This record gives sequence, C-alpha cells and structure tokens, in this order.
Amino acid sequence: MYESVIGLEVHVQLSTLSKIFSGSSTSFGASPNTQASLIDLGMPGVLPTPNAKVFEMAVKFGLAIEAKIGKTSVFDRKNYFYPDLPKGYQITQLDAPIVGLGHVNITLEDGTTKRINITRAHLEEDAGKSLHNSFDRLTGIDLNRAGTPLLEIVSEPELRSAKEAVAYLRVIHSIIRYLDISDGNMAEGSMRCDCNVSIRPQGSKILGTRTEIKNVNSFRFVEKAINSEINRQIDSIEDGQQIIQETRLYDPDKNETRPMRSKEEANDYRYFPDPDLLPVVLSDAFITSCRNSLPELPESRKARYMEAYGISQYDAGVLVADRDVADYFAEIAETSGDGKLSANWVMGNVLADLNQTGRSISEFPVEANDIASLIIRIKDKTLNSKTAKTVFEALLSGEGSVDSIIKERGLVQVTDTGALRSVVDTVIENNPHQVTNYRVAAPDKQGKMLGFFVGQVMKISQGKANPQMVNQILLDKLSG
Amino acid sequence: MSSLTKNTLAGLREILTRGDASSVEITQDYLAEISARRDLNTFITVTQDDALVSAKVADQIRAAGQASLTTGLPIAHKDLFCTKGILTSCGSKMLSNFISPYDAEVVSKCKNAGFVMLGKLNMDEFAMGSSNETSYFGPVKNPWSPTHVPGGSSGGSAAAVAARLTPLATATDTGGSIRQPAAFTGTSGLKPTYGRVSRFGMIAFASSLDQGGLIAQTAEDLAIGMQIISGHDNKDSTSALIEVPNYESLLNDSIRGLTIGLPEEFFDSRLDTRMQSQIEEVIRIFTSLGANTVSVSLTHVAEAIPAYYVIAPAEASSNLSRFDGVRFGYRAEKPIDLTDLYECSRGEGFGSEVKRRILIGTYALSEGYFDAYYKKAQQIRRLIKQDFDRAFSLCDLLLSPTTPSTAFALGEKSDDPVAMYLEDIYTIATNLAGLPGGSFQAGLIDGLPAGYQLTGPAFSEAKILNAAHKVQQVTDWHTHYPEEIRNV
Repeated sequence: MYESVIGLEVHVQLSTLSKIFSGSSTSFGASPNTQASLIDLGMPGVLPTPNAKVFEMAVKFGLAIEAKIGKTSVFDRKNYFYPDLPKGYQITQLDAPIVGLGHVNITLEDGTTKRINITRAHLEEDAGKSLHNSFDRLTGIDLNRAGTPLLEIVSEPELRSAKEAVAYLRVIHSIIRYLDISDGNMAEGSMRCDCNVSIRPQGSKILGTRTEIKNVNSFRFVEKAINSEINRQIDSIEDGQQIIQETRLYDPDKNETRPMRSKEEANDYRYFPDPDLLPVVLSDAFITSCRNSLPELPESRKARYMEAYGISQYDAGVLVADRDVADYFAEIAETSGDGKLSANWVMGNVLADLNQTGRSISEFPVEANDIASLIIRIKDKTLNSKTAKTVFEALLSGEGSVDSIIKERGLVQVTDTGALRSVVDTVIENNPHQVTNYRVAAPDKQGKMLGFFVGQVMKISQGKANPQMVNQILLDKLSG
Repeated sequence: MSSLTKNTLAGLREILTRGDASSVEITQDYLAEISARRDLNTFITVTQDDALVSAKVADQIRAAGQASLTTGLPIAHKDLFCTKGILTSCGSKMLSNFISPYDAEVVSKCKNAGFVMLGKLNMDEFAMGSSNETSYFGPVKNPWSPTHVPGGSSGGSAAAVAARLTPLATATDTGGSIRQPAAFTGTSGLKPTYGRVSRFGMIAFASSLDQGGLIAQTAEDLAIGMQIISGHDNKDSTSALIEVPNYESLLNDSIRGLTIGLPEEFFDSRLDTRMQSQIEEVIRIFTSLGANTVSVSLTHVAEAIPAYYVIAPAEASSNLSRFDGVRFGYRAEKPIDLTDLYECSRGEGFGSEVKRRILIGTYALSEGYFDAYYKKAQQIRRLIKQDFDRAFSLCDLLLSPTTPSTAFALGEKSDDPVAMYLEDIYTIATNLAGLPGGSFQAGLIDGLPAGYQLTGPAFSEAKILNAAHKVQQVTDWHTHYPEEIRNV
C-alpha cells in the first residue's frame, strides 16, 4: 500500500488594474503586445516601480490564512533566458517573502476538517506568452501578460490524495474570491496550479522522489492529473523502476502525464536581490488597516449561515464556497424568510444550472429576488413543487416576474373546495372500475391506489390542484 | 577656437542674458568646433539639425521674455542616456542600431530647462572601462595629448569639455567614471549621491552603484547643471525624496573652519610623488582659505576594488541579459535555433571587456559561490560605509588625489585588466558607499592634468561644489586648456 504526498504551488494573478512594475493595463484578451509598455518590453534604461496595491492584496491574503506577514520583504531577480521573459530575469521574492507560514482548513469527504499549512506566499511578475502555432517555423511573443502581478502560494506537502488537493485548491480559490484579489479564473490562467507529487509506502516517514506537474488549469484536471501521476509512480515502482525528479505536463486528452522536454542543463537561476527595488517595509499601521478591511471569510460565514438560516454544515459549506453565490443565497433566505427552502432551491436548481452551463452566478439570468418570490409563493401555497419548477424554467428563459408568470400561465394553485370536488367527481365517474377495486382493497393497499386518482385530478387541473386538498377530498368521496 | 566656445557655461549664460550672442550663434560655433575636432572621437552622434532647431526655439523664448536661467545653453549627453528618436548606443555594437523610443529623465529635464543638445558622447562600452578604449566606436583621444587616454568610462564627456566642444556634458559614474576622466582631462566632474539623480533611462551597468552626474569646466558650471538634473523621480524607486538645495547660491559660502579629512590610505607609497606635491598644493590653498585638515583612516578601503569587481559584474551580468537579440539591438543573422540566436547575438554584439565582466558576474552569482563572493562583497560594502561614517564624524569633506597618476598612454593598460581596474583605487569606495564625490583641477604634471577629489557625506553636493569653487576663485588651473586648442 502506498501513501501519496502532495504539495501545491498555486499562482494567482492579482486583479490590479495595472501591472506590478509598470502602468500598463492587465486586462485579459487584448491583441498581442498592445498592453506592453517600455518597461514590460525590458527596454534599455527602464526601471521597475512597484504597484502598492499588490502589497495590500498580498497582506490581506496573508492575514486571511493567519500567516506571519513579512514586514520587510525583498524582491530578487531570477535569471534565465527565454524570449517571453524580456529582461532575462523574473522579479520574484526568494528569501524574504511578503507572506510567511500560514494555514487553511479543508473539509474531507467524511465531514472532518484537516489543517493544511502554507509555507509561504510571495509576489512576482508573470512572463509573456510564446505563441508557437501562429507562425510558420517561427515563434511569436505576446508580452501583454508580462508583468502581471502574481501571488505564488506554496503549500506544505501535507495533502494525501487528489481529492484533498482539490479541496485545498477550492479553499484557496474561495479565499482569493472573498478577498477580491483575483478573479480566480483557471480557464483564463488567472489561477494556475503546479502539483508536486510523490508516493511512499504507507507508514513510511521518508519522502519519495517527487515530480512536478506544471500548469494544470482546472479543478477537474488537478484531480485527474494527480491521480494519473500517482498511478504512474506506483506502476513504475512496482516494475522496479526509480522515480526521476522532473517536471511533467498533464495531457487531458490521454489522461496521462508526460515529461516536459528536458533542458540541456539544469538551470542555475543566480538569484540575487534586485538592486532596482528597495526592500518593501510594511508599517504596523498598514497591516492593521489591511486587517480592518478584511471581509468576512468563508469559514466564519459558514458558521453564521448555519446559525442564522438553520441549514446543515454540508449545505452551508456548499453555499459559502463562492462569495457571490453566498450573497445570492443570503438575499433569498432573508427575503423569503425560509433558509432551508432557499438552500434547497439554490443548491438543487441554481447551482445545478451553473454546473450544467458553466456560467457564474453573476451571469445567471434570474435575480435572487425572483427566487425569493418563488419561495414565498410556494409557502403561501400559490405554487406547488411542480408548478414552482415550471415558474423557475420560465424565469430562466426571461418570461418576467414570478407573479406575472403565474398569472399568464394560469398556474395559481386551485384551493377552491368546490372546484376541486367537481374535478374529483369527474375522475370518480370516469373510472368506475378503479373505484370498485379501491373500495374492496385491503386498507394497506389503498394508499398506493389513491395515487392513481390524485394523478388523474392533477392531470385535469394541469398540475394546479393543491395536492393535500385533493387527497382529503378523494379519501372522503372514495370511502363513501 | 571661436571666442564663444572658450566660455564657461556661466559665461555663456551671461552672454545670452546680455544679448551679446544668440543661442543659434553659440550652437553654430560649437557645431563647427565639433566638426573641426573629429580626430578626438568624442561624439558618437552629432545632432546638428535638432540642435539648431532647439537653439532657434530658445532664442524665440528669450525674445518673448520667457527664458529661464538655462534656456539656450549647449549640452551633450553620454551615449547611455536614452534620447528619443536618436541613436543611443552605449558605446556598443549591441546597440549600434538602437534608436531609443523615449527620453531618459535626465535628458527630459535638460530639454525642459531649455538646454540645446549638441549630440551624444563616446564612452567605454556599457560604461565598462577606465580609458575609453572599449568603445565599439573607437577610443577617444585626450585633448592634452592624442597618444594618451582621456580616462573612462565617460571619456567622451570629459574630452569634449576639455576640448571646449561643449560647455557641459552629462556623464555617469559607477566606480570613478566621472571623476577619473575629469582628472585626466583637466575638467571638473561631479558624481552625486546615489539617488540624487534619476537613473530612469540611463542604461544600467551596475544598478546599485551607477549614478548620473556632470562634467564641466568649473564647479560653478556643475552647480548650474546639478540644479536641473537633480531631484526625485517616481519612475526610479531608488531615487531620493530629499529636497534639492540651491547649489549656485551656496557656492560662495565661506569655507573658514571647514574640516578636511585626509585618508591616510590614499597617501601611501603608491602615490606618484609629483601627484603628491600637486595635492599638497591644493591642501595649502584650502588651508589658506581657512580650512583645517585632519588625518583620517578608511580601514577597509583596500578591499574596495575586490568587492566592487564582484558586485558590479554580478549586477551587470543580470542587467545585460535583456540584450538578447529578440526585441531590439544587434541580432545575429540566420540563427539555427533559440540558443544559437542568444549565443551569436551576444557573442558578436558585446566586446571583450563586457563579456569578461558578464562571465565574472555570472560566476560570482552561481550556486555554491554566491555566499563566498556576492555576500562577502556586500559585507565589505557595509564595512566601507561604516569607515566613511566614522571619517565624517571627524571632518566635513575628504580630500585625496583622484587618480594615482596622470593619464596613461593609449594601449598601455588595455591588455592588463587588473592594472586597468586599479585606476579606480581612489574613486571606487565612494560608489560602494553611495556618496557624492567630485574631481577638480590640480594643475599639470609634464603637460598632463592632475585632479584632486573631494568626497562628502550623503547629499553634500553643495558643500563639495562650494569648497571647489572657493579654490577655483583663487587658482587658474581650471582655466587651462590644451595648447593644441589654443593654436587652432
């Protein structure tokens, strides 16, 4: 039996308006090299000047993971040649990162929590992009991304399965979204993940040789990449081979990891403090102001929702993971006054739709207020579960407000006893055979048989009949 | 030589103010002189047309009564200050095709102050050298003797001022590159405190040591120029947020009671005896002006050169990585692949001294050597700073020779890098400590100029210029210029 040992390096693009060391815009998707200034191009003579916003963002993250904040952090140069690295070095932080040791809690499948320590988080600049496919036998360079601020978050190797790794990544994602320091969009590369994976015999204290899977770009692929790498390592060891420390890439089409083309020689990055930048000294007042501006974080919001809305730990965990979803839910719960029903609707319908369509809550076409109205109409018995679902579908296709949909589609639940009685009479009249069978049946069989009559009533009433009332009237009539 | 170009910057300012000559006339005279003295190889680019246009504009501004103190005065820039639309070569084949898309902060400050740029000045390649022999554009000749070097790396700046081809030149100093050529050419040069002048747009050699400054005929001219180029720049994180004093108004302060420290390490047996007697003459003048002298010690100064030749190449090896043939500058033809593109572009684009320093610096930063070299050098740097702090608790300024001897012959040291590195023995510690230092004329030895150096605490430029100005008021060393020029 093997135990896997996993650590993640998560690169988060900070959502500043301008780059970390220049005034260029950081927005995604502009035409190549239109967002690259003289500084991003590494022109002779230019100098970097730090964007103070990144310090605030990094410190907030540090405080959110209860980390030691580096009051004096230092920018270093990591030297290597690559065409998308204009200066021939990346400005990063080596020995004195802005965020030191911290931790987060992840919830395991059995509902227990596990603490995962975070070694450090440091600031650095992103590189540009090499475009290998657009030009015949040539490589194009797009430096729009060069100089985008990154926070690299390094976990301790304390994750023991691909599922734990994903749970950790989701917690990090949740925190950066709550702090509003990144859009966390993995598909666009705003959050990228390198997975360090090794295995060892269960119970062993010695770490096995690790491999690093670079740049995995979705939660699902993180899980699959790690699992396929664990399996590959187990197979190798079982075959009597050794694991080579190397960098690998995950191929989602084949669901396997492959070694990256090996560089001719090991890189010596020749790190040294960047003489163009002074050490970053953070005052206690600055750190305090960052602390004071921290929003409520997922952990505490979860506890608050359980208490305030009477929902389960599981439901609360699902609902608070995304701050916008959590806000959306809270608005529904507050307006409708029914936390449990709100949770059911958000999880069962809203989140289901988001999962299916891949859109985010901000792109979801139905306002929280509308879902709240829907729930209010369920509670006042205007709608039953069936008609409520119809209204929800209508809301999704933009047919107007809850009440106008109910009115236009004539979905008001029929609670008029007279009307219901006459429908029941029709059903009894049209099904004499079933009525006879019912009346002679043993009482324990009758319950099931009643369903047939209810179904017929609902059919005639187009689903609008109040099911409880129909039941009662049927019981009365059939027993007579 | 025309009567206009023999003037100091202050003299030209008076001429312009009085209306005795226009900026166009002055500019034309300088352009003619530059053209006549191409043999000195001081200019890489002469911006003749632009200069005449700027001069004309300056004259119009003056006619409109809008002239500032410096409107219409000529200047030339060392060719590592980026100048928009104009070749900025850094003395290298690597940038021999580089037309800068922007102006360095120093350049735009000069433009805004109304200075007329005459052109771009020759220099050692990437400011690496002490003789101006490493320039891709050929060596600069010393106007005092065409067989001698003008010093480096700001050899073009110093020689141009000495030959009266410009009254003021920008320059840079990483280990002595302003002061040593100023001394070799009989000019005045000031390397300001690290952070006093913006480094934005100044192509980096060693970022923690580089500092832009000026070379001119007199301390007074340096004061006029310093007023323009000094000050905080938010485009340079290392630039100092400290108020700029009015340098010119402080020039005439009395130096009675000024205490001048004489570092004993700089007056040892290595010092040429005739140089020593020139310096003693300078000391005598200071004493006659009411200054006192005191002997001080800079204990770790012997370690300055080794420390410098770790730190400066280390930073340079990284700073020069951007010259890779990808986005600008020299690019090798028909590379086989990416590695070949790098190797050939850099191999062909850089000269041997630059390559030597990149290799030294790469080695010093390598894994396993970093602590032994780079960290150790930084420790020495701190000790040297402390030495200066201690010295300045005993005196106001330090005085020493700028160089151990006068200008050496072209080719004399070009094959011996260590002998060349020792040229900066008196100047280099100042850069490691980030302090201001000036070199001023101290007479002639065998027809070649000698210079004395004043070093002060951080941001004491005004005090240095004040002291040097007082000496220039009672001496005529700064008025000497090469016999050859006098005869033209």
